[in-house]
Amino acid sequence: MAEYSELLVRASYFLVAVLFIVGLKRMSSPVTARGGILWAGVGMLIATLVTFAWPGMSNYPLIIVAIAIGGIIAWVSGKRVPMTGMPQMVALYNGMGGGSAGAIGAVVLLGGGHDTIHMTLAILGGLIGTVSFSGSLIAFTKLQGWADRQYIFPGQQLFNALVFIATVAAGAYLFVDLTPTNIAIFFGLAFAVGILMTLPIGGADMPVVISLYNALTGLAVAFEGFVLQNEAMIIAGTVVGAAGTLLTQLMARAMNRSLGNVLFSGFGATGGGAALEGEMKPIDAADAAVMMAYADKVIIVPGYGMAVAQAQHKVWELTRQLLDRGVKVKFAIHPVAGRMPGHMNVLLAEAGVPYDLIYDLDEINAEFKTADVSLVIGANDVVNPVAKTDPSSPIYGMPVLDAEESHNVIVIKRGQGRGFAGIDNALFLADNTRMLYGDGQVMAGELLQQVKQL
Amino acid sequence: MEGFVALYIFMLAAFTGYEIIGRVPTILHTPLMSGSNFIHGIVLVGAMVALGEADNLVEQIIGFVAVVLGAGNAVGGYVVTERMLEMFKSSKGKSQSKGEESA
Repeated sequence: MAEYSELLVRASYFLVAVLFIVGLKRMSSPVTARGGILWAGVGMLIATLVTFAWPGMSNYPLIIVAIAIGGIIAWVSGKRVPMTGMPQMVALYNGMGGGSAGAIGAVVLLGGGHDTIHMTLAILGGLIGTVSFSGSLIAFTKLQGWADRQYIFPGQQLFNALVFIATVAAGAYLFVDLTPTNIAIFFGLAFAVGILMTLPIGGADMPVVISLYNALTGLAVAFEGFVLQNEAMIIAGTVVGAAGTLLTQLMARAMNRSLGNVLFSGFGATGGGAALEGEMKPIDAADAAVMMAYADKVIIVPGYGMAVAQAQHKVWELTRQLLDRGVKVKFAIHPVAGRMPGHMNVLLAEAGVPYDLIYDLDEINAEFKTADVSLVIGANDVVNPVAKTDPSSPIYGMPVLDAEESHNVIVIKRGQGRGFAGIDNALFLADNTRMLYGDGQVMAGELLQQVKQL
Repeated sequence: MEGFVALYIFMLAAFTGYEIIGRVPTILHTPLMSGSNFIHGIVLVGAMVALGEADNLVEQIIGFVAVVLGAGNAVGGYVVTERMLEMFKSSKGKSQSKGEESA
């Protein structure tokens, strides 16, 4: 009997692996993306159900209660969170996966009686999963705005390195003396590593960090899958580990920085770069509306400020007004605008902006020269020309949108503050730039009213 | 499972993951990150086995936590990804209706 149920489970896992890979593949094209998540979802459902038939298991009531608790909490929070809060929810759920992998490692180690290979993989999976767990939780609190600053102290990198070495040593010591106390010390240290690693990283880098922890969780899942001889975990974990690593690299490259630089530089802490001289010139909504309404071509550059102000719906209404007047309107999206790559795309899609109006950096940068007006709404560092001109600036070399090349630039901004990188923005001081101070949604609404009256 | 077969599985799965993401438009980076976040929610099945095979209180407690967290990863990852991709449907529909208006 046990033989047949094991066969059933393993055959189902094979099907699950196929469903996951096809699902992920379908998610990589806008046309099939919605079907993709369904495929993967069916796979997950099958995997969960057949696992109850895994031979030699007990504690079924506990399993069902635990699934209900975790599932319901995640379902409710996932349904309720506003679209702007998506990045931190991804961080949170990812942390839960890492924590789960870490906990599996702990149970396996407590059970004891493993050979060297299984011990090594259980320890590695436990370490990576736990780091991903505590690191993702810190990323979540930062994005949620509960701890929106960096914690930096002298000798931090040395301290972190020592804690990491101690963690590895504690993991290695488990081969010598596998006691519950030593296991607890090891996991405690791994938890600290995740926290210490993430604390000094600034909010602007969080997308890269979340993506990295996503890949790490995948890897941890794969390692624990080896230990449990669970093919579904090995395949799914490894695919995510590899895909997540590539995604992390793409994102780091979009900011023209290496991953090491993101993790260890404490970027944004000091500002740096030459201070800029000049004055920001204000404009009121009526004048800005005239400029846009009588333009041939307007390029809108959204940033995180648009997300915070929930301005995407007003922006789309404004866009439709302009389109009706015969103005060509395009959206320019920087690869790291917002808090996740593609964050802006998701928000604009939510508001109903068709994606053929949305262009990424490479497609649109040459067009700024021919645009009459660039409307920068809540973006800062991604349109800062300093990245091209000042080698001492921390963002030097990062590809930016050439908004300053358009005939006129209107910047909607709450105040005169700096961006996430903490540096002055030469675009705001340029002769052809006018500042429209105010909340993104309110100002977009006023522009809309003014354009309607023309 | 033979150690080397496992190693081959690992390598091939890694290439698969790399290939899937390789040519993805930026617009889908966030949903894909969220989708891959959902897929490693498969950790849930490992957690179920760990709890199912736990035979003392400490293991049961840790196993229980593992299942709660794993279920959270799987369900939360699905809900969030589904909501993100929902918008792509609506935006596609709207762009079609816009095409009709201008026609």
